[in-house]
Amino acid sequence: MIETLRVGIARGLIEFRHTLTNAQDLWGYFFPSLGLLIALFFIEDKKLPGTNLTLGASTLPSSIGMLVAFGGLITIAQYLIVDREDGTLLRAKATPHGMGGYLIGKVVGVGGMTLASILVVLVPGAFLVDGLLFDSGGLLTLLWLLPLALVATVPIGAAIGSFFDNPRSFGLVMLPIFGLVAISGIFYPITGMPGWLQGVAQVFPIYWLGLGMRSVFLPDAFAGVELTDSWRHFETFGVLAVWAVAGLALAPVLLRRMARRESGSVVAARRERAMNSMVR
Amino acid sequence: MAGALEAGTQVPPGERVIDVRDLRMRYGAKDVLAGVSFAARRGEVLALLGPNGAGKTTTIEILEGFRVRSSGEVSVLGADPAGAGEPWRARVGVVLQSWRDHGKWRVAELLGHLGSYYRRYSTEAKPRPWPVGDLLDVVGLAAAAGTRVSRLSGGQRRRLDVAIGIVGRPDLLFLDEPTVGFDPEARREFHDLVHRLTDVDDTTILLTTHDLDEAEKLADRILILSGGRIIADGSADELSRRVAGESEIRWTRDGQRFVHSAANPTPFVRELLQQHGDDVTELEVRRNSLEDTYMRLVHDSEGAQK
Repeated sequence: MIETLRVGIARGLIEFRHTLTNAQDLWGYFFPSLGLLIALFFIEDKKLPGTNLTLGASTLPSSIGMLVAFGGLITIAQYLIVDREDGTLLRAKATPHGMGGYLIGKVVGVGGMTLASILVVLVPGAFLVDGLLFDSGGLLTLLWLLPLALVATVPIGAAIGSFFDNPRSFGLVMLPIFGLVAISGIFYPITGMPGWLQGVAQVFPIYWLGLGMRSVFLPDAFAGVELTDSWRHFETFGVLAVWAVAGLALAPVLLRRMARRESGSVVAARRERAMNSMVR
Repeated sequence: MAGALEAGTQVPPGERVIDVRDLRMRYGAKDVLAGVSFAARRGEVLALLGPNGAGKTTTIEILEGFRVRSSGEVSVLGADPAGAGEPWRARVGVVLQSWRDHGKWRVAELLGHLGSYYRRYSTEAKPRPWPVGDLLDVVGLAAAAGTRVSRLSGGQRRRLDVAIGIVGRPDLLFLDEPTVGFDPEARREFHDLVHRLTDVDDTTILLTTHDLDEAEKLADRILILSGGRIIADGSADELSRRVAGESEIRWTRDGQRFVHSAANPTPFVRELLQQHGDDVTELEVRRNSLEDTYMRLVHDSEGAQK
């Protein structure tokens, strides 16, 4: 187990380095971050209705919550789909403890890149936006929120990824996730949504990640603009924990099912299909 | 005749690295494998031949533990591949028909990383993994050590696949069409590598190929699979003796080339030499080639099934 962990972490670090030295990958990771920064620049002066909090100060932490959710849900799912198509996963299956090493490596690599994309937004954003608060209370919240966020999203992302074996059908996953972002109070306060949409948003982790990040970086007085006028740490922990448990129960079953189906001829057939769809 | 062939070469049970009995695979109503039985002993090179769709890849995938069989008994390195654990996996090397994985990795980096999974299975007798530098030399990729995998040529990529297959110094190696895309020189080097693996490491090898020349050069024993059954099992010599065929005699006399076929070439050649003596030059007698044997066996079995 320790040995698998060691090999997996080594794998994650190598993949992290590959991503950092590959212009196309960097663009893929940092493009959303750059977009956010530009948006922050333009909305900086606007105030949230009824407060002296700037919209920028509220949006910055919310979007960090969103980046965490993207990293855990989408990136992991995408990797699983692509790695299945090119045979990386089958290679892992052909190697002793290869699957364990592969998954640990993915968590480390994607975790590292998610952290990097947060810093790309947070560091310039902190200078761009007024009203952010960096204190020990916030740091303490971050210490339980970030790991919990990882555990709540990565297994679910892996479960989603194990369902699709065609990269071109992945848009089916992206659309609902973007829809969730729209109703989860990331760019627009959830209090402005109709009641039933608020209910839907509160089922999924994206809202809670945004809320949690706002509680980390905003003064406590601004909990007043949230639902029930509080940061709701207890509920945040509860909902994310439920997703974590569900994901950890579901993901191994689905991943094992997916891995069992991998073989040379399956990979070859998938590639043939990919080639055909490219010709058309 | 079919029964005698199916019984195959006898391998004592204690020496069987691969032991397959009455293996069947059914997809829907179609039997892809209809009762395949064979065995391989330690250090042996087995070539699996057969037309496309004969079940070669299915057989090899079942033995690799990548596919669950419908019925039959399979034992590979003393375990059932369908439920074998990680220590078993560490003793098996797999080279599939085509990989495109790890395109961003550099050659030496990838071999080093994949090798590290085998470290815990290292023993005094067999230190694992194979040191990357030596391995690169062995497969002729030393010059490409720092190259990104996605930039390798087809032949180089294939050699990398073979290197990954043997990085854990396996006791048993599966090679599915290993030399497709090799130039003659690379092919020769690959054959030397296979000989080295079996001679020095006592590795058992099961390979599939369409290249009959290669099968004849590499394999101690050849299995021909057709229509989901093993229709022949033996060395190239044994197989060609099994098929009643005609030998081909070629010679030159007075600058003219002659070709003659005879079921038994000996009396013909004796007579030829008695008649013309030293005028006969460039004399060649060729028994059934493996290709002739193969064509005949596959043709007969397909005829029998129809």
